[in-house]
Amino acid sequence: MTVRRRVPVAAFPLLAGACSYQHYQSTFSSAATEVHQFNTLFLIFLFVCTAMYLLVIAFLIVGLVRRRRANANVMEERRHHESDPLMRSGLIGWSALVGTGLIALAIASFFADRSMASAAADPKLSITITANQWWWDVQYDASDNSKMIRTANELHLPVGVPVRILLRSNDVIHSFWMPSLAGKQDLIPGRENDISITPRRIGIYRGQCAEFCGAQHAKMALIVDVDSYADFIKWWEHQLQPAPRPTTPLAQAGYDFVTSRNCSSCHSIAGTPANGTVGPDLTHLAGRRSIAAGAMPMAEGNLYGWVADPQSIKPGSHMPTIGLEPDQLHAVVAYLETLK
Amino acid sequence: MTEMEKVGAEDERLARERKKLARDGPKLTGAKLEARLDRAWHRPPGILGWLATVDHKEIGRRYIITALIFLALGGALAALMRIQLAVPDNNFISAQRYNELFTMHGSTMMFLFAVPVMEGVAVYIIPLMLGTRSTAFPRLNAFSYFMYLFGGLMLWVAFALNIGPDIGWFAYTPLSGPQFSPGKRADVWAQMITFTEVSALAAAVVLVATILKTRAPGMTLARMPLFAWAMLVQAVMIIFAMPAVALASSMLISDRLVGTNFFNAYEHGDALLWQHLFWFFGHPEVYIIFLPATGFVSVLTETFCRRPVFAYPVVVLALISTGILAFGLWVHHMFATGLPRVGYSFYTAASMTVAIPTGLQIFCWLATMWDGRPRLQVPMLYVIGFIVTFVIGGLTGVIIASVPLDLELHDTYFIVAHFHYVLIGGAVFPLLGILTYWFPKITGRMMNETLGKIGFWLLFLGFQLAFFPMHFSGLLGMPRRVYTYPAGLGLELPNLLSTIGAFVVATSVALFVVNGVVSLYRGAIAPPNPWGASTLEWATSSPPPVYNFAHIPVVESRTPLWDVAGELPVVTGLRVDEKELLLTTVVAAAPDLREPVPQASLWPFIASVAVGVFFISSIFSPWAIVFGAIPCAIALTAWFWPKEIKRHPEPVIS
Repeated sequence: MTVRRRVPVAAFPLLAGACSYQHYQSTFSSAATEVHQFNTLFLIFLFVCTAMYLLVIAFLIVGLVRRRRANANVMEERRHHESDPLMRSGLIGWSALVGTGLIALAIASFFADRSMASAAADPKLSITITANQWWWDVQYDASDNSKMIRTANELHLPVGVPVRILLRSNDVIHSFWMPSLAGKQDLIPGRENDISITPRRIGIYRGQCAEFCGAQHAKMALIVDVDSYADFIKWWEHQLQPAPRPTTPLAQAGYDFVTSRNCSSCHSIAGTPANGTVGPDLTHLAGRRSIAAGAMPMAEGNLYGWVADPQSIKPGSHMPTIGLEPDQLHAVVAYLETLK
Repeated sequence: MTEMEKVGAEDERLARERKKLARDGPKLTGAKLEARLDRAWHRPPGILGWLATVDHKEIGRRYIITALIFLALGGALAALMRIQLAVPDNNFISAQRYNELFTMHGSTMMFLFAVPVMEGVAVYIIPLMLGTRSTAFPRLNAFSYFMYLFGGLMLWVAFALNIGPDIGWFAYTPLSGPQFSPGKRADVWAQMITFTEVSALAAAVVLVATILKTRAPGMTLARMPLFAWAMLVQAVMIIFAMPAVALASSMLISDRLVGTNFFNAYEHGDALLWQHLFWFFGHPEVYIIFLPATGFVSVLTETFCRRPVFAYPVVVLALISTGILAFGLWVHHMFATGLPRVGYSFYTAASMTVAIPTGLQIFCWLATMWDGRPRLQVPMLYVIGFIVTFVIGGLTGVIIASVPLDLELHDTYFIVAHFHYVLIGGAVFPLLGILTYWFPKITGRMMNETLGKIGFWLLFLGFQLAFFPMHFSGLLGMPRRVYTYPAGLGLELPNLLSTIGAFVVATSVALFVVNGVVSLYRGAIAPPNPWGASTLEWATSSPPPVYNFAHIPVVESRTPLWDVAGELPVVTGLRVDEKELLLTTVVAAAPDLREPVPQASLWPFIASVAVGVFFISSIFSPWAIVFGAIPCAIALTAWFWPKEIKRHPEPVIS
């Protein structure tokens, strides 16, 4: 990602921090049509509000500076029931200014809202996200049932294609928020919401749940991979494949454990007997960028940590600490790593 | 004897009896009058007298001190949260504990500090400002304080016993429902709300009646101080807003206690119903806190600019219209819930409209400074700090009133910045200003000016350092209510600055307390009117005698102490052997009735204990509602038991 106009803001560390940052999880972004419209509207509001603020401060400073003058309308001069006629016309002017400013901003806001709604009218891809405490179940819809895919905590989107995401919840209220792509929408049990995104720039983005949803609200993130259309199709094709058969004895031992013991009652892995629906789908787990809804990056060591003791990494998480023997742990991780 | 003669004889007898009554007047004045009034108004001594008192000044002081203790406790929680968030991936506090901390912080600040402290200041000052001797319904006032105290104690004792709530101060269902919050944490929160609802409603009724019926003769509505106007509007708002949250919390409790499933989407309930009810109360709540603060600002601006606030009718109309508009904004807390989008536009427009009355009030205060001669003493510094800070919060409020902007900013640290600018800048700054200002009236001593100035600047600068960077944290994608955040998102610098700023704020608040305590014992002795102010509370000694005024003053203008040279005109004729108030008409404040004031009584305290036991035990069993109601009924029956009153029908005093 390129960084432009870095020099003028370098004097203000916060602003520089905001602008030089790579917009992974930030509204200072133009990675999608929706966030671009947000930024345009935000700048309009910021400009008008800053102007009004400067006016108030100027008025305050002038009021304080002239306090030593002789003929003030104060009780010491027995003139406290009089007032400056200038202020009376000022009051009318001020009301007109505030009123006009607010009407202009309300109109700008209304049209931005309408244009976002119309941009979302013609989606080319439909995804259903179901929120759970504290992870995201992701399902790509297709007219042909055999083309539907299921994954978790990760979203792949083709650049330039309008996407409609249906939002549901299995437990409490969550909120879907990808700051660098679009605003947020709540996922509410018993209701169905939707949000539209048209990504404009290839890259990796991060978002997280924005409605307090219990103990691990802070560790309920989602990674979005915006790909070229060709890469996206390639990814989809790969996701349609079932999990590969284990090839080493260690992985085979892990396979046996995962499919016959505690894991399979909650997780499913396509092409194996594991078909639980309580936890995230693991079919292509090792191909994802993070573990446990963005709690850690995907890496062998982190996988060990998570399988061995999820409760110390994400206390309160619904994944229990099973207490695996060391050889069982080696086997399970070896198998999970084959799930590319 | 004919019927007519009978009435005539009765009248004559009453007239003779009236002549025997002891009243203030030309024949009874000065030290002799004061001694008699003191005897009539003094409460019984000792701990029982302390519990039984109905003196508005004592109750107001208790309210203020209790609320300030809760401010300190809530602030300590904020400091703990800022330590946890100082660096990314911090392990200082666990996720569970952090969730309890922000729930306790929000609930304490909103329900146990901000609203009660405003009511406490009003309960103390309003009768003095209106030139009367007591609030209306003084026993209800005492009851209100005890309910507030018990609710706050219950919440904090539960927190200390590790059964404090962890569901946020907003307690969204279904997270707060029986399925996702087993245990008693959510019940403790819901019952704390019930306590504060009862307390706030009682205080609101007391204030409305006091403001409308006990004003000094001549203080027409058009001459009423702006602080009294602000409290009148605020109290009426409480009366309209609290029933919504009372309904919501009762439904939540019955969902949890007896499985009514009001909020359970899988049993044909609705998760969003909670949000409508909660925010129908929750948004006005912000103005319930803010409007008294605008009253403080008007008081301080008037005294320190040496002239009345510019355009009094505009300020009054702005207060009233803010009070009305506040009830039409609640959906702007729900822009991301997927309600129909065109409907949202109305709430955007309504939310922006509320900036008009607020903008007009800002203009009127600035015009007062322009036209007057501002004296930059500590309370006035807080007014200036208020304008510089609050206006930022107001303008970010305009930004988040827009649906497309709010969808990004909602539930991020941008919002945290916004409402702290509004609530600390808009309410706490004026509060500290007004406490400095009324400190001599309440204690009889002045606060130290130098310490006050240092404290102001520490608070002002620390506040900006703590909360301005939060705008950036929010824009950089940091949601609210997270116990930690990952490194590498650009959140490190703004969070570290916020933590440093939070500790500067904590230092300044500690300095304010030190200043208060030192000044209480060592401060300069205050004359009756140390600031040269214009309103009636300064017409009596500092601190005021238990009966407030030896004679009830008569008001002929909006700024009586500035317009009358020498002694204020007074009315006489109130009894001095019994506690008595002069009631006046609602609009013109013409003398209307003499009203006996209840004596000190233990029943309000006993009733509040009974109601407290009822509320707390109903956390554990639905049967508590049946059995707990019995002591409540007994206590209230005893409280309201008709007393034999010697009838002294009186003509209207002219």
